[in-house]
Amino acid sequence: MSRIITRRRFLIGTTMTASALGLSGCDAIVESDRTKSVLKIAEGFTMKTQRLLLGDDALAHEFGEADISPTFRSNGTSMPDNPQYLDWMSRQFSTWRLEVGGLVEKPAQLSLAELKALPARTQITRHDCVEGWSAIGKWTGLPLGALLQKVGLKPEARYIVFHCADEYERTLDGTGWYYESIDLVDAFHPQTILAYAMNGRDLEVAHGAPLRLRVERQLGYKQAKYLTRIEAVADLGQLYGGSGGFWEDRGYEWYAGI
Amino acid sequence: MATIDAGSATGRMLIYRHSLAVRLSHWLNVLCMTVLLFSGLQIFNAHPALYWGQYGADHDPSFISMEAVEDGGRARGLTHIGPLTFDTTGFLGLSEVDGEADARAFPDWLTIPSYQDLATGRRWHFFFAWLFVINGLAYLAYGLISRHFRRDLVPAGDELTPAHLGHEVVNHARLRFPKGPEARHYNTLQKLTYLAVIFLLLPLMILTGLTMSPGFNAVAPWLLDVFGGRQSARTLHFLTAFSLVAFVAVHLAMVLLSGVFNNLRSMITGYYAIEAEDK
Repeated sequence: MSRIITRRRFLIGTTMTASALGLSGCDAIVESDRTKSVLKIAEGFTMKTQRLLLGDDALAHEFGEADISPTFRSNGTSMPDNPQYLDWMSRQFSTWRLEVGGLVEKPAQLSLAELKALPARTQITRHDCVEGWSAIGKWTGLPLGALLQKVGLKPEARYIVFHCADEYERTLDGTGWYYESIDLVDAFHPQTILAYAMNGRDLEVAHGAPLRLRVERQLGYKQAKYLTRIEAVADLGQLYGGSGGFWEDRGYEWYAGI
Repeated sequence: MATIDAGSATGRMLIYRHSLAVRLSHWLNVLCMTVLLFSGLQIFNAHPALYWGQYGADHDPSFISMEAVEDGGRARGLTHIGPLTFDTTGFLGLSEVDGEADARAFPDWLTIPSYQDLATGRRWHFFFAWLFVINGLAYLAYGLISRHFRRDLVPAGDELTPAHLGHEVVNHARLRFPKGPEARHYNTLQKLTYLAVIFLLLPLMILTGLTMSPGFNAVAPWLLDVFGGRQSARTLHFLTAFSLVAFVAVHLAMVLLSGVFNNLRSMITGYYAIEAEDK
């Protein structure tokens, strides 16, 4: 784990301390580091228990066409505003490439057409936002596991990280870019796909065009949109805020199965 | 009614009413349910609308929701229940935080933490949910092995006759509580209420909670069929929570009305005083 205190963390640290001074007793307990570390035990318990009960391959429930939400709410970024993304978009993503790298034997760059030429899976699944709402949609894409087998994971690889084209929070040090990560159990799960189509049409910009992750046994914030780069890593501590995802760096659970 | 005065003089006797296991699990449950309620309201505040069925989001019809609206330059908090709309300014939908009006479903004095912070609310909720489940399983095991359920909670056949139940309802309505040897045991209404809470409402809380988990859905997809979908389960989770709040309100009222000191002592030390006039 990195020992360097980034400017952003320093800023968060000082505002937290300042606000704690004016807080009621209850909120002071809530914000104590010891309380936080004790509460974190629950996440490990939940993950171990669910994995034990699930096994590696239990499938998320798949629905029928009639169950699809009439309107699928878009969430998070709905229109990335950086010039690179706008350029890709103006060319219908013909110049966009998905980079696959990190701890892999054969790093690759794939165009959207190349991804679409690979064997695909279609699934109608429910998307559950951490806030509590749900929407059902039909996703088509290539299984992540097949892609990882193509490039070959090195033995040290433990996690797959998804880098995205949307900077969801403007920061001085670039820790506001959206990213996510999953472990190899979820990466090789049959329903974990890189989706380029939703409800039978090309993925819309609001839903993550040209490519988004679907990892169906976890909550919405794991379903990273606007993918640009997939990286196999041995440990998550070196990336961005160090907790394995944009929302994880902001206090949410890395294991989002509940 | 002369026995009231005579009580302390002629010998109140202390009976051992609540075992250590029951007392411990009771107070641990008080802690868990309190934190679960207030952190649950924090989670609800992140999306204060309830739906029925498999899906439900902003564009779908909700049947309970809370919101803040601008109305002629004045902010108001509204609560919608089915076709009805209530102005709940100051409590639901809009309430004051540090002297300023804030758009939030439940007010800051009912959420953990007091300010809007879903991530922290979830951490508290799931930690205490685990504690609640472990406590509940330990209590169930104790209740079965020690015959606590059979001995103390399952009503005898003659307790369930309409005449007996009617008699107890009338006594409760008149706030006439059992005295003497009759107070050794729970009365029938108490037994039925505790059984409903222990074997119906609390398990329903856990199962509807688990049905909201995408991971647990893959473990037990049949729960989605039982509750009619994730959003139905979320709604039932909320309604069951408020049934428990109603139970606790009545429970506390009964504790106060039937002798707060005696009741509290029995749930702390185990010993409950009854009047021994007939012995």
